[in-house]
Amino acid sequence: MPFPVSFSLEPVRRFFRGHPRVTRPLELAILPFEAASKKLAFGCKMCGQCILHETGMTCPMGCPKSLRNGPCGGVRMNGHCEVEPGMMCVWVKAERRSRWLPWRGAILRIQPALDWSLKGSSAWVGLMIGRNGKEAR
Amino acid sequence: MSPQGTFPRFEDALRTGLPLLTCEIATGDSADPQDLLRRARLVRDHVDAVNLPDNTAGVVHMSALAAAAILVREGIDPILHVTCRDRNRLALQSDLLGAAALGVRNVLCLTGDHTIHGDHPGAKPVFDLDSLQLLGLVGTLRRGRYLSGREIRPAPELLPGATENPFAPPYDFRPLRVQKKVEAGARFLQTQIIYNVARFAAFMARVRDLGLDRRIAILAGVAPLRSARSARYMQERVPGMEVTDAIVRRMDQAGPGRSRAEEEGLAIAVEIVEQVREIKGLAGIHLMPIHWEESVSEIAARARLEPARLALASTVSARRGPEDSPLDRPREHRA
Repeated sequence: MPFPVSFSLEPVRRFFRGHPRVTRPLELAILPFEAASKKLAFGCKMCGQCILHETGMTCPMGCPKSLRNGPCGGVRMNGHCEVEPGMMCVWVKAERRSRWLPWRGAILRIQPALDWSLKGSSAWVGLMIGRNGKEAR
Repeated sequence: MSPQGTFPRFEDALRTGLPLLTCEIATGDSADPQDLLRRARLVRDHVDAVNLPDNTAGVVHMSALAAAAILVREGIDPILHVTCRDRNRLALQSDLLGAAALGVRNVLCLTGDHTIHGDHPGAKPVFDLDSLQLLGLVGTLRRGRYLSGREIRPAPELLPGATENPFAPPYDFRPLRVQKKVEAGARFLQTQIIYNVARFAAFMARVRDLGLDRRIAILAGVAPLRSARSARYMQERVPGMEVTDAIVRRMDQAGPGRSRAEEEGLAIAVEIVEQVREIKGLAGIHLMPIHWEESVSEIAARARLEPARLALASTVSARRGPEDSPLDRPREHRA
């Protein structure tokens, strides 16, 4: 079951399409709170196009190769990262945690290429105005 | 007459449905093409296609794309490794178009080993895309579009391939990652080197449950060990490699002599080929003789492995004329 978010947000998106000048102030207001809370809870790297809910509530940007579609072939036998031996592979965690989610199948969705121009922007505002994943998939 | 396009391609071999045999050779550490050609000639008659690695383990070698173009000129079908470590999406797209223009069709889409374990640990790794997004990108190019949506005419002829490592955690996710790669467009898949056949069999059982063996040609990776030291190095130092204690012990017992160790390494490789062959759902074997290209013919002979293209060599050269040469292709589109 995919995360059923795009349906419920359609009226909000319609509002922002009608009021484009609201977006920037809203983003400036939300950004510090979003950055601080997500960094604390998930080690967020502010890629600006959050897919936490589809990767077992584990931020894939913590991966040294920033892999958003699954683990690389270099995961150590103990489940640790090949680049940072002291760190558990984010995808080992993501796979384990995703089993507890009602929408566990979302981890199988193919994630499109990151839009690096959104780095540092608010993913929450992005979700509300529907700008995430605007580049090619 | 140029041999381009007139020799049996890996895709033709795939279509035969017969067991496939591919192998990897080193691209070399000089600008001398003879060095590469010497290795290629050792394996050319024994395999369907030859893999050319792209700075494996983050260590610099000759460009895989240049090496692949040299092999095409020789009438050998290359499988070009394309990694996301050294190139962003612009460079990947232009390299893939360039590869197709040079007659290179098979592209193995990999994420790439991190630079930190290589010979330039201070280099900035790119990882703009990952292997799945790269597979999708090859599909986009094949459909005649850049990632931006801009049109490409004519669309390049490319055969996307993928890899999987059944020996790295999370083990349960590995078959699902194969499924993702199939959905992203992969047509063939080469696995990590197998030393733990039991774990590989369990992986393949799950792959069959998902029905993936019918959607993608899976080639099992096999590599001969050359010494007890290299076995131990792989076991302890190479992340993502699972060399069992039993195999390290066998290499130890073979003794310190080079020829006896190599003989034992070949025997182990042949045994693994024979065990892996019994597993259902495999399309062939992929040999990775790490800087030991001479071993390919030896393993092929002892395990009675032969390339699938032998069955079609005569029919293909009759069916395909010189007009299929990539250099001549624009002519069709002008008409």
